[in-house]
Amino acid sequence: MGAIEFDKLPHIGESVKRKEDYRFLTGAGNYTDDITLANQAACVFVRSPHAHAKINRIDISKAKAAEGVVGVLTGDDVAADKINGLPCGWLITSVDGQPMKEPPHPILAQGKVRHVGDPVVMIVAETLTQAKNAAELVEIDYDVLPAVVSARDAAKPGAPALHDIAPDNHCYKWAIGDKAAVDAVFAKAAHVTRLDLYNNRLVPNAMEPRSAIGAYSRASDEYTLYVANQNPHVERLLMTAFVMGLPEHKVRVIAPDVGGGFGSKIYLYSEDVCLTWAAKKLNRAIKWTAERSESFLTDAHGRDHHSHAELAMDKDGKFLGLRVHTDANLGAYLSTFATAVPTILYATLLAGQYTTPLVYVEVDAWFTNTTPVDAYRGAGRPEATYLLERIVSRAAWEMGLGQDEIRKRNFITTFPYQTPVALQYDVGDYHACMDSAQKLADVAGYAARKAASEAKGLKRGIGYSSYIEACGIAPSNIAGALGARAGLFECGEIRVHPTGSVTVFTGSHSHGQGHETTFAQVVAARLGIPVENVDVVHGDTGRVPFGMGTYGSRSISVGGAAIMKALDKIENKAKKIAAHLLEAADTDIDFAGGEFTVRGTDKKIAFGAVALTAYVPHNYPLDKLEPGLNETAFYDPTNFTFPAGTYICEVEVNPQTGETRVDRFTAVDDFGTIINPMIVEGQVHGGIVQGLGQALLENCVYDENGQLVTGSFMDYAMPRADDFPTFKLGTVCTPCTHNPLGTKGCGEAGAIGSPPALINAVLDALAPLGVKDIDMPASPSRVWQAIQNAKA
Amino acid sequence: MQVQLQVNGRSVSIEAADNTLLVQALRENLKLTGTHVGCDTAQCGACTVLVDGNAVKSCNVLLAQMAGRSVTTIEGLAAADGTMHPMQAAFKDCHGLQCGFCTTGMVMSAVDLVHRHPGADEAQIRKQLEGNLCRCTGYQNIVRAVQQGAAAMAK
Repeated sequence: MGAIEFDKLPHIGESVKRKEDYRFLTGAGNYTDDITLANQAACVFVRSPHAHAKINRIDISKAKAAEGVVGVLTGDDVAADKINGLPCGWLITSVDGQPMKEPPHPILAQGKVRHVGDPVVMIVAETLTQAKNAAELVEIDYDVLPAVVSARDAAKPGAPALHDIAPDNHCYKWAIGDKAAVDAVFAKAAHVTRLDLYNNRLVPNAMEPRSAIGAYSRASDEYTLYVANQNPHVERLLMTAFVMGLPEHKVRVIAPDVGGGFGSKIYLYSEDVCLTWAAKKLNRAIKWTAERSESFLTDAHGRDHHSHAELAMDKDGKFLGLRVHTDANLGAYLSTFATAVPTILYATLLAGQYTTPLVYVEVDAWFTNTTPVDAYRGAGRPEATYLLERIVSRAAWEMGLGQDEIRKRNFITTFPYQTPVALQYDVGDYHACMDSAQKLADVAGYAARKAASEAKGLKRGIGYSSYIEACGIAPSNIAGALGARAGLFECGEIRVHPTGSVTVFTGSHSHGQGHETTFAQVVAARLGIPVENVDVVHGDTGRVPFGMGTYGSRSISVGGAAIMKALDKIENKAKKIAAHLLEAADTDIDFAGGEFTVRGTDKKIAFGAVALTAYVPHNYPLDKLEPGLNETAFYDPTNFTFPAGTYICEVEVNPQTGETRVDRFTAVDDFGTIINPMIVEGQVHGGIVQGLGQALLENCVYDENGQLVTGSFMDYAMPRADDFPTFKLGTVCTPCTHNPLGTKGCGEAGAIGSPPALINAVLDALAPLGVKDIDMPASPSRVWQAIQNAKA
Repeated sequence: MQVQLQVNGRSVSIEAADNTLLVQALRENLKLTGTHVGCDTAQCGACTVLVDGNAVKSCNVLLAQMAGRSVTTIEGLAAADGTMHPMQAAFKDCHGLQCGFCTTGMVMSAVDLVHRHPGADEAQIRKQLEGNLCRCTGYQNIVRAVQQGAAAMAK
């Protein structure tokens, strides 16, 4: 079935209330920390208090003897049991043809610690209190070494070196584009706009802290890992094949209800391996749940890019070329997909919505004594969008053009469109998004609002951001050629029960996105059955055939497409059964609205009756067809999907205090086909607040010694209910051309598009005061300081 | 230490160490795991319960302080037959939750908010929800849910 017909089915485009809500609203959710297994022990990790230190000696004797202690494990035990370090899932090749530097990432420190929070000793005890008490008794003798915190400092000659295999802290130098051609176009440009910016480091802070329970059965020689994770099959594959050398069929990974991910729960973490390993070694089920301060120290962080960008234009503001250099901070070790974020997921988006014919991007990636950095809501695309949309607005101001006008002059209007940075956009309508956003934002009334603000002594500004992003990394063979060490397909199984109800098994994982409802809508629409008759199972390698999980806004476009393929098979087989029952040829059977009909006759049979026949095959073509109605499909996308939109932000800045208030925020997105508008809007709201949080509030700060200064909710400013106004949302729909649903993905757009809209608005507001630049977050102190600096 | 209190309308007696927090007693002794722990600094509000009808962060009080008090957790909010409280129903209807982790504390805070400020407008609701963090929803639909829930509770 194609996207056009799919869009017209019942339930598609309907705001069906979520099936999962009752359990969450009544306290019946089942998050990992809510689970208690028989014979379960508790666990804590003794972590490095230093950013960089040599370990001289670890004395665990007192801890081992403490009350209730079941086991105390160190890096020596890890080495003795030949447990490998954590792998990196994406190989980047440097411009000189050399592979990136891949230093070991031990699950418990071996001889050295490289960031505050690096795990050193694992303590297992009967109770959590006993484990914590025993942790106090561990004595570790460190030689503290100088630390390096920022990428720019890590690049300096003589900087403290983290890893023997990378004495200059350099992981790779990667580039894309035709440098000579870009340089040549800059030489003849009428105007060049230049911008230096820092995309601030963020802490993901899903509300559920990471948690895991490792268990092992001697009876069956099987491991079970319960873990708050976004992709349990990937977790299992990495852990078994690369780290522990276990056969996959002996390991079951269950990611039950998961309280938000935002990328931070994609990765294979040390604790997950430690718990699985120790469960067998100590013959106990072992639970660990991060305290929030541990989450701050150990959940992979996001962003942290220093960039210099240059945009060449002709005299009319038409973009001729873009030249970018970025220093990316990868932290102390390579997290699972860290290396792909500042390269494949970032530089390829730097054409944006524009016809810029030439783009050259060079990226240097560096090790520092900080928590590893990896994909965080948007993963590379927010970094690209922030850079591009900032420099485009700055170019508009320098050229004396409106922020909207310069964008409109450069929008891509014909599709498919091949960008100079590898991606091929299949479809879009950027002018429609801009026009719709301007209407919704009442840009026509802006001048009056600005005058009203001025009368109150406030500076009003308007900021634009026209983002594009790429969802559902694909196809697997191209991703593999670019360094991916995993496939990027998805799997779906449709199990039709004898009475016609359906269980869907999907490799996608929901940790807030509402798959149990959206995927049920897809199946109900196709089979003509009530949404209530469809249940969705996810997050269990013991029940779902396989899966690559949820990240990069891929679930509906890749996971949903796998379900569509499985439904094609179901429909195809069911038609044959119906043809037999109706005594007609297979090719004469139509299926719509839950009924099979013989074309040109009034003969029909309901889907449920066909399902029953499949399992009670008394009158059945057993010579030609197997009984049962259960189909599995794998779907490997042929291209990324390309959601895009225009966001408009209006702020009021108090020049006396530097305080910025977001007065209006308008988002118009093109997500292609929308299955459940209520859920999509919810994703956009959340994404916008995460993006505005980055731009206005959130900032991860280390001191020069590598101590995390913003290590709790007391000092890391999370967005709260009264920080932002109610947003205005709109949509444009150009269905994706290459998946059967026409969907593009909506999970990250808000976080991608909103930061530059806010900063552009602040800069627009402060332009009369002479302020030309400000970094995120635009906190009152920074804004006030920028105003004072401009006066000086 | 032995502490007698009412939890969700039932009298319970809990044997626990003196330094046991209310949230630990609820989750570990009574297995009422709908009350969640989202931080260690009393900032996130995921552990919010009602104590004698008032919203309290259960990570921030000792079980010992609860002697003779009446505690309502999210498990005690719906009717005996499972019908959701009007505030729970409003959260579902307005899509005021995504991952569900902050939700239970958010709903308890919302019930308390409506008791204290029955006619609260959007700005007041946003201000009053400052003590509850949500990372998924962007709060917009939570605010709508509280407004709708307040209207339903007034009936």
